[in-house]
Amino acid sequence: MSAAFVKRIEVQELRLAYDSKEVLHGISFDVYRNEILAVIGPAQSGKSSMLRCLNRTTDFTASARMSGTVRVDGEDVRRTKDVFALRRKIGMVAPLPVGLPLTIYDNVAFAPRCSGLTRRAELDAIVERCLRQAALWDEVKDRLTSLGTALSGGQQQRLTIARALSHQPEILCLDEFSIAIDPVTTMRIEDVLKELRREMTILLVTNLTQQARRLSDRTMFLWDGEIVELDRSDVIFSGSPKSQRTRDYVSGVFG
Amino acid sequence: MALAPAPSTGRFARTSHVARKELAQAVAKGVFGAMAAAMVLPLLLIVGYLVWLAWPSLALEFVLDVPRRGMTDGGIWPAFVGTLYLVGLSLVVSTPIGVLAAVYLNEYARDNWFNRVVHLAVINLAGVPSIVHALFGLGAFVYAARFGYSILSAALTLAIMTLPVIIASTREALASVPMAFREACWNVGATRWQTIQAVVLPNSISGILTGVILQVSRAAGETAPVMFTGAVFFKVVERGDLFPYALKDQCMALSMHLYTLATQVPNVKESLPYATAVVLLGSVLLVNASAIALRVFLRGRKRW
Repeated sequence: MSAAFVKRIEVQELRLAYDSKEVLHGISFDVYRNEILAVIGPAQSGKSSMLRCLNRTTDFTASARMSGTVRVDGEDVRRTKDVFALRRKIGMVAPLPVGLPLTIYDNVAFAPRCSGLTRRAELDAIVERCLRQAALWDEVKDRLTSLGTALSGGQQQRLTIARALSHQPEILCLDEFSIAIDPVTTMRIEDVLKELRREMTILLVTNLTQQARRLSDRTMFLWDGEIVELDRSDVIFSGSPKSQRTRDYVSGVFG
Repeated sequence: MALAPAPSTGRFARTSHVARKELAQAVAKGVFGAMAAAMVLPLLLIVGYLVWLAWPSLALEFVLDVPRRGMTDGGIWPAFVGTLYLVGLSLVVSTPIGVLAAVYLNEYARDNWFNRVVHLAVINLAGVPSIVHALFGLGAFVYAARFGYSILSAALTLAIMTLPVIIASTREALASVPMAFREACWNVGATRWQTIQAVVLPNSISGILTGVILQVSRAAGETAPVMFTGAVFFKVVERGDLFPYALKDQCMALSMHLYTLATQVPNVKESLPYATAVVLLGSVLLVNASAIALRVFLRGRKRW
């Protein structure tokens, strides 16, 4: 991390509640340029909700109430004038694979088109680049016009990743991207992620503690809407984490 | 010492419990099947009975000809074309309003008191009896808006009547598109409108169109709303004339013509009202069948 800890995301006292049920109890953390920050923690600990606060897709849940501040590149996401530009800046990969009911090509070209790109040659280049990065190109290059929804679960998951890369995000959030993908393909995507971190900042929510260990520079352990511990990954996994709960969780005593 | 043979009541033995279970299964299947068959029977009986009695009059000429000899003979062209006018015009008005309102309610509206009131109004409007719509149309369009007794008034009344059902069926079609598709679009920075264009409408259009087409048959069959607002007993029209009416004219309508023949005109040729009913029913069934065909065609292209 030579670029000296430039903060890309600053989160302060972030609280999120659905109706009266608070799921994030005032968490604060920063994400630095070009790092991979892994977020681990059991189900219902608020990992996915936290990601939704970053690109403000909490807007689409009527009962969601957010407080605290989230800044992306210094801009308060709750005050931003152009929420669509914010969402394009952040690539978001949801845990469940969603192939849009469009052709494979259109799935990937959708976001660039939404931001006004129409030239076929540019779109072609984007589609190929993203599908290659998502380790899907070789499997689908001969049938780009067939439906994205007709792909298998694992392929759709990779299509989702390709789509998240298609609007050239500067921050990439992956929410359990590998649950439907076989280990070999997962490794290929992990290699791509290692490449991408040179140009991007990556948030990796994962249930696989080994994946967090393999990929991340730092790891956050989230438990019931609070950060138990956030430290360098070598400290969390092989050194001695400060919290007994972290130690138990990553060593497989529970969770 | 020989081993005792295994008991014969093994896992697959027919116990009394098994027999009871199978009987219950057979009875349930029989009863439910009979109910399903009972749905078809009345339709076949009605159609068969009507066609049987209408047979002497049934010919293309019957549809194209005008009523003759004080409506006791001849055809139904003025009523047929009048119904086309009324239904066509009413859908031209109600379809865009209904579909766009439904898109707003389903895709844009937040869950607040205003939209709940709208939702409640739509549901209740759908339950208003047609005679009440007729009186509303009479007051609102014929008198208040000064459209007089006219095709315009009658079509607008039918439009008001079909509107809530179109809104309801369109919302249902929109809601059948999985939320995950919308979220995937929003996540890459698409606006709601871009999402609606690219994903929501293309995948709900078959349901939307089906809902609209089914309202054709409803509008064609209603008598009270048109009787109060613009349909008349008799109107002089050329045989086979496709454009006999102007907007502010009164017109004849199939449903009302059937009512008139059956109750108001003495010495009608016996097969005449039945043939009119067959034409009305036949057109409605034809329209419904085309709705089903369209649905099958569009579902063949369904994308998930």
